[in-house]
Amino acid sequence: MQPLKRAVTTPPLARKPGGEAPVRRDPAPSRVAYRLNRLWLTPFYRRLLRIGVPVAVVGLIGLGYFSDEGRRSAITDKITEIQRSYQERPEFMVQMLAIDGASDELAGDVRALVPYEFPLSSFDMNLDTTRAAIEQLDAVARAHVRIRSGGVLHVEVEERLPVLVWRDRKNNLTMIDSTGHRVAPLITRTQRPDLPLVAGTGADKPEAVAEAQALYAASGPLNGRLRGLVRRGERRWDVVLDRDQVIQLPEQDPVRALERVIALDQAEDMLDRDLAVIDMRIPGRPTLRMAPGAVEKFRRIKSLELGASNG
Amino acid sequence: MTDLYENQRAMRRMRKQAMDRGVIAILDVGSSKIACLVLRFDGPDRFRESDGVGSLAGQSSFRVIGAATTRSRGVSFGEIDTMQETERAIRTAVQAAQKMAGVRVDHVIAAFAGARPRSYGLDGQVDLADSVVTEADVARVMASCVVPDFGAGREALHAHPVNFAIDHRSGLIDPRGQIGNSLAADMHLLTVETQAIQNLLYCIKRCDLELAGVASSAYVSGLSALVEDEQELGAACIDLGGGATTLSVFIKKHMIYADSVRIGGHHVTRDISQGLQVHPSKAESIKTRHGGVVATGMDDRDMIPLGGDTGDWEHDQRSVSRSEVIGIMRPRVEEILEEVRARLDAAGFDHLPAQQIVLTGGGSQILGLDELASRILGQQVRLGRPLRVQGLPQAATGPAFSAAVGLCLYSAHPQDEWWDFDIPADTYPARSLKRAVKWFRDNW
Repeated sequence: MQPLKRAVTTPPLARKPGGEAPVRRDPAPSRVAYRLNRLWLTPFYRRLLRIGVPVAVVGLIGLGYFSDEGRRSAITDKITEIQRSYQERPEFMVQMLAIDGASDELAGDVRALVPYEFPLSSFDMNLDTTRAAIEQLDAVARAHVRIRSGGVLHVEVEERLPVLVWRDRKNNLTMIDSTGHRVAPLITRTQRPDLPLVAGTGADKPEAVAEAQALYAASGPLNGRLRGLVRRGERRWDVVLDRDQVIQLPEQDPVRALERVIALDQAEDMLDRDLAVIDMRIPGRPTLRMAPGAVEKFRRIKSLELGASNG
Repeated sequence: MTDLYENQRAMRRMRKQAMDRGVIAILDVGSSKIACLVLRFDGPDRFRESDGVGSLAGQSSFRVIGAATTRSRGVSFGEIDTMQETERAIRTAVQAAQKMAGVRVDHVIAAFAGARPRSYGLDGQVDLADSVVTEADVARVMASCVVPDFGAGREALHAHPVNFAIDHRSGLIDPRGQIGNSLAADMHLLTVETQAIQNLLYCIKRCDLELAGVASSAYVSGLSALVEDEQELGAACIDLGGGATTLSVFIKKHMIYADSVRIGGHHVTRDISQGLQVHPSKAESIKTRHGGVVATGMDDRDMIPLGGDTGDWEHDQRSVSRSEVIGIMRPRVEEILEEVRARLDAAGFDHLPAQQIVLTGGGSQILGLDELASRILGQQVRLGRPLRVQGLPQAATGPAFSAAVGLCLYSAHPQDEWWDFDIPADTYPARSLKRAVKWFRDNW
């Protein structure tokens, strides 16, 4: 009698349970597979395949796409369109120009210098160049340009204050400020009789202007006899009074020399006399030059005093 | 001889290159399995002096990062006999180990068991020029060793200087700097058949790998299975492999004898297969699961089903008792051990001060083998497992991997061999340019 239960047997390794084709018992990589595997394990090829190939593929696709002119311009057009639509939102639009701290005349000049047609997007403005252009104006010392909320381009101007009128060698009158910078031209002196006058080359140098202002401050006692200051040889001043009297001041310490002259005048009424030139150029040796007729007159008076007959 | 010398030197250079690159593969070409381990060398800076880890003969400098084994094909008696099959097996093992390591290896150090190794003891003596021994003197004394005629078709695989003597003081490990009149050296030369090496070289070349060293598996399994004092005092390592059983004798940390017996585990399997009329794979599974060499009364009642799919009911329902299996295995194992015994006796193993015998290799896992071996080989028998090395997977720590692990140690810290010393100038032919260059280099 055979038992009904079938004994469990292990199938031989060479054959599949179904009894089809024998399986390969010892699988080995083929030479090509082995070489490829080793190539793949080489760091250089690995990097080449993992980074280089995708980059190259993407690059080639991109290159192919952008080689067409129409596609390129379509993309740039789209970009500019988006850019414009953002920049021209009402929040960024500037509607008007406001100018502070300038006289009406100067405000007109500044307004002419701002090159924008309002309304304009603030992205299209270059405030730095605008400011630089405004500061090019002679009458403007400093300018601040900013965009205020509410769409206002706000220009704040600090004007230059004229302190002197300068007559140059070509007889042009110019107003200059305390740094010697040109403020505005004058047509006649009578337009600004309140400003003192300086003349001569180099009178608009900053240090010359400072000296001139000090001299004017010291010349109060001359009671309006002062007509102006003349810069000589770009180094020293002549004080010109009416009746063509000239006080020649030294290069060093001109204010003190002027004060000495004023003191002499107050004590001796020196300037009321018939003097042409008071030479203070060498402080230790003040020299007077009398007017041409005055010497004759002086001699005659002297001889009369001495009782001499003329001859 | 010089040809081989050049070959070995080229392999040493290759090994150095691999060390510089930091990755090397070791390949144990056995008859039953081919094992490939990938080692990473991190250099000597991995451990500091303060870590308490010294160089440990190079063991601390590497780490196993990939390991793979595959069933061997085309290898019998530890020699390659079917090149294509072996090449495929090597490819499989190397590719799997590379995959695990994640790096590509280009250099490989290989070991094999067969090729009829033969040991020779060489000695040489020179008079010292000036009484202090220099490196050049060591090279000279080694060059003076008389090389026996080991026959055509054989090549030297290992040539270790094992002993130096100055005048009458023998047993010196490193004679440099010592003073005396004459220097003598003893050397152990191991030769194998050239053909085996060439076949291996060819297979490895076909796998796009560079051979950075060849070692005898008898030597390397001794390196890993013997502990340090056994190597020092004298011991034999017996590696029971699939197709061949190798033995090596160590003393003073040098191998002084190696041989191989061309019987192994496969013969045991074939005996079972023939005796029980079963498929070899079934016989292998019976051997590993139920095998043994010492029968007890219990074994008569332990029935093993043999199975089969011939369709013949009676044939497929057979079963044997375990004692029958033991009865088949034991004579064959005894034959192997007796053959080993004969080789050891011929080598004069019983004159060594200590006669420890260590059984390792896949065959040493047979139950009761130590008992049987102590009857045949002497009382001091133990089963050896390979040294533990860093990163070795658990699956590769068994005794079957002694040779693979030993090869790791060998690649990390190879012993100086004949070809690691400079060739003395007077061995070059006269009027050679090399000789002139050498003379200049030695004297300036």
